[in-house]
Amino acid sequence: MNYDVIVVGGGHAGCEASLASARMGEKTLLITGNINNIADMPCNPSIGGPAKGVIVREIDALGGEMGRNADKAVLQIKMLNTKKGPAVWAIRAQEDKVVYPKEMLKTLKSEKNLDIKESLVEHLIVEDGKIKGVILEDGTEISSTAVVLTTGTYLKGMILVGSEKHSGGPHGERPSKFLSDDLKDLGFTILRLKTGTPQRIDKTTIDYDKTEIEKGDSTPLTFSFDNEIHYHVENQIDCHLTYTNEKTHEIIRKNLKKSSMYGGYVEGVGPRYCPSIEDKVVRFKDKSRHQLFLEPESNDSSNETYGNTIYLQGFSTSMPYDIQEEMVHSIKGLEHAKILKYAYAIEYDAIDSRQLKQSLETKLVEGLFTAGQINGTSGYEEAAGQGIIAGINAALKVKKKEPLVLKRNEAYIGVLIDDLVTKGIKDPYRMLTSRAEYRLLLRSDNADIRLRKYGHDIGLVSDEKYDKFKKKLSDIDDLTELLKETFINDNEDTNSYLESIGSSKITGGISLYNLLKRPEINMKDIKHFIDVPYSDEVFIEVVIEAKYKGYIDKELKDAEKMVKLENKKIPEDIDYEDIENIASEAREKLEKVRPTSLGQASRISGVNPADISVLMVYLKRKYNE
Amino acid sequence: MEDTIAAISTALGVGAISIVRVSGPDSLDIVSKMFKGPDLKKVNTHTINYGHIVDGDEIIDEVLVSVMKAPNTYTREDIVEINCHGGISTTNKVLELLLTNGARLAERGEFTKRAFLNGRIDLTESEGILDLIDSKSDLERRVAIQNETGGLHRLIEKYRDKLKDVISHIEVNIDYPEYYDIEVVDDKKINDNIDYLIDELKKLIKESEGKRIIKTGIRTIIVGRPNVGKSSILNKLLNYDKAIVTDIEGTTRDTVEGEIYIDGVHLNIIDTAGIRKTDNVVEKIGVEKSLSLIDSADLVLVVLNSNEPLTKEDKKILEKTKDKTSIVVLNKSDLESHIEKDYLKGREITKTNTIDDNGIDTLKEKIKEMFNLDKIETVDYTYLTNSRTMSLAKSALKSLESAKKGAQTNTPIDLIEIDIKDAFDKLGEIIGVTYTDEIIDNLFKNFCVGK
Repeated sequence: MNYDVIVVGGGHAGCEASLASARMGEKTLLITGNINNIADMPCNPSIGGPAKGVIVREIDALGGEMGRNADKAVLQIKMLNTKKGPAVWAIRAQEDKVVYPKEMLKTLKSEKNLDIKESLVEHLIVEDGKIKGVILEDGTEISSTAVVLTTGTYLKGMILVGSEKHSGGPHGERPSKFLSDDLKDLGFTILRLKTGTPQRIDKTTIDYDKTEIEKGDSTPLTFSFDNEIHYHVENQIDCHLTYTNEKTHEIIRKNLKKSSMYGGYVEGVGPRYCPSIEDKVVRFKDKSRHQLFLEPESNDSSNETYGNTIYLQGFSTSMPYDIQEEMVHSIKGLEHAKILKYAYAIEYDAIDSRQLKQSLETKLVEGLFTAGQINGTSGYEEAAGQGIIAGINAALKVKKKEPLVLKRNEAYIGVLIDDLVTKGIKDPYRMLTSRAEYRLLLRSDNADIRLRKYGHDIGLVSDEKYDKFKKKLSDIDDLTELLKETFINDNEDTNSYLESIGSSKITGGISLYNLLKRPEINMKDIKHFIDVPYSDEVFIEVVIEAKYKGYIDKELKDAEKMVKLENKKIPEDIDYEDIENIASEAREKLEKVRPTSLGQASRISGVNPADISVLMVYLKRKYNE
Repeated sequence: MEDTIAAISTALGVGAISIVRVSGPDSLDIVSKMFKGPDLKKVNTHTINYGHIVDGDEIIDEVLVSVMKAPNTYTREDIVEINCHGGISTTNKVLELLLTNGARLAERGEFTKRAFLNGRIDLTESEGILDLIDSKSDLERRVAIQNETGGLHRLIEKYRDKLKDVISHIEVNIDYPEYYDIEVVDDKKINDNIDYLIDELKKLIKESEGKRIIKTGIRTIIVGRPNVGKSSILNKLLNYDKAIVTDIEGTTRDTVEGEIYIDGVHLNIIDTAGIRKTDNVVEKIGVEKSLSLIDSADLVLVVLNSNEPLTKEDKKILEKTKDKTSIVVLNKSDLESHIEKDYLKGREITKTNTIDDNGIDTLKEKIKEMFNLDKIETVDYTYLTNSRTMSLAKSALKSLESAKKGAQTNTPIDLIEIDIKDAFDKLGEIIGVTYTDEIIDNLFKNFCVGK
């Protein structure tokens, strides 16, 4: 058997990688341990949120699948941070854990260049530093030009509950035993990471009256720029909110030694942003309660795994079963709750992401790409964001073309990958808005403006969709012009309207564009004065540009400086031993990361500005003579 | 760094000994050619060697020569330092000999630049050292050393920590909007934190500007009508037996007439050109010009003719200088006084005359007293020592003021944060911090969030 690209693993990274590669015309094989678990959501039943939601929009802009698929499985959807600025608006949806994988599998199966095979990959075939294919557990060899590893938590996966420990995946699947040893033999540094997931509760055993209700937005929303609504606003499923209390904390403190983490049964490094409830109780002693969300996992009550469960967000733990029972029952509304699945922690192997190039190709093996948890990230969106880039670049590798690398000022995906390959990780990496220096440029609303063209150029975005996008751009220009040219006068109607919305009167005339600059004026008010057929999507771009131009320009200027350093390339064959005057710590770090540009070099921790100056002088002398 | 550089590394004329420093691969060769004494190429590193600097057969100076071989030197190159005893002209001659023997005259700060480029020191340190090199008195030296040991560093760290807390609080609000138990940062909270830092930064900038006079000298302007004896005061100051006058080149300070050191007090005398002309029109321009210079001066010496009643110009000058640090110099006090004393109420007054120098001594004492240099010596020398750090601090202040304004005009919190972050980054630049995840670390340290 022979393929252009083999993708190992059918999680969120693997789905995007295999679809991107197949859609770019490469003969692609997706190998997964269990077809029924393709695009499974083993942890939280939601997609999106600050930064993460923007990643989903970026994937969509590039021509990926996550946004479209998530739109088909909405249980409840919200725009977050609407009281803050447009840079941090973010869509988050509660997703149906039955519908999401089902829809994704449908899409994968209908892709003509894509085959799916159920098996475990145990070895890689590498010759002369190049990937040649994979060997399955039954010894079958499959050859390919490129391989994308998206193995998630399945590299030596180990489930932990209290002092119990057994090897396996979230649904009791067999993990891959030898692949991570293969990687180690090839020279990869293997890290041991840990993550956890909370209890699933029988939804019929919760006393909802004792909890607070959380509803979705009343206006329809979509992740995808296709704007296809698959749900009814009024039929959204509610979430609920409850809290831990002193009694819960007492139980935890009393039994601390029994938890895997505090009992010393865990070797993996857990994520800082996902502390277990025992961590929260220990570290934040003075907090009398912690918030817990009750999130439905599916609307399909006929489904055995997810049909009847509520995800208890905020309560992840590695306590033994009996203590978990006690803990859950101490909570208001959960006094009689039935636990359908206990919380557990999972340990798995990952590689040192500094051994990757910006394209997500490994430095050690040509044609081998990695994406998702194997690279040390956490989260469906982070995985999918890497998956699409790895898939695109695997396909470009087969085509012998330059890889697609997104810069930090172009996409959260760019920030994510640059962080991984430049700084490496200590605990599982989650995307946060604060990781982006140019947050105001990386908005949810403008992901298409930032990335649509890349998607079209590589062939993932159809001409039809691209034309629609170009129309949007010209509409934005037209509307901007129109608002600049349209003036309103200080007549009674105008001023009484302005007063009614808490704005000050005008004297003389003012263009609608300038009126828009007032903080209290929004799209609705402009529409009061002018009736134009532009979509809200178009309006929002004009409003943001008018209101926040000063801040946007500042970030653009900063980004330009960054790009300049980014364009100062460091030759691949640079010998850091040859630079006499660089600090030894910096030399070591530079050698480890081998940055491709001065910009990237400057972001390595332990490399200080003086080292960058020395490096700059060295490059000038050595290569410009 | 292939060539060898040389420069006089002590301020000319200050102290009995001048040091001429040579750095680079040919340092030992070059000095050996002009040194009579032990063979410098054979002596141990880090030794001091007695001998003479010679030009052919002629002995120029009796010197001590320090030999420091690479790499354990300031620049990590071979360094030779010649301690000269013979005053300005001899020191200049030694330098000239070095240059004719193959060294190149160092540019300002080039030794430090080499130390920096050779990986010896980082950015803040190198700035402190630049100050140290440029310092001309003990006091200045102490200020320069203080910066190196990190007084400024600690202060800026303190400010950054404050901002870091505000920023991570805003960040947690943005990234975890569903955590209702976490307090939401509002305009008031922003103001409470920022107001304090705005005040602190303003104070730091102001104090730094004040302390600048320690480093660059007291900017002194002598004003007065023509013929009141301004030039004679100037000349007396310049000719004061212990004072050393140096010509300052360059365009930015072209109004400076001379630098004077009187018992450790460092004055920069600023010329009020044109004022000496007697032509009426020119005189007027001269007075106007000197009036405009008054604003930027640290010290104004108002010279009046004690023998004449006050003119309109005199009164104008007195009015203009009444809130400045100033000394009224009553010249020609050996003649009969015709001046209206009422106008001089509450002013510092010194009497001088054209015959003897006693008045100048009193003037000197007064200046020392006014600038209270003894007192300055005992305070904390933490301040921004150069224009780079000063401008970074000013731009951090500007960003904080802009954040404050944002908070007053309903700007969304994440946009206000852009300014706060900018201030945070600028402060980081002052102390040269590297790229880290400190905000994210701080966020998870201070807030309890997650599944």
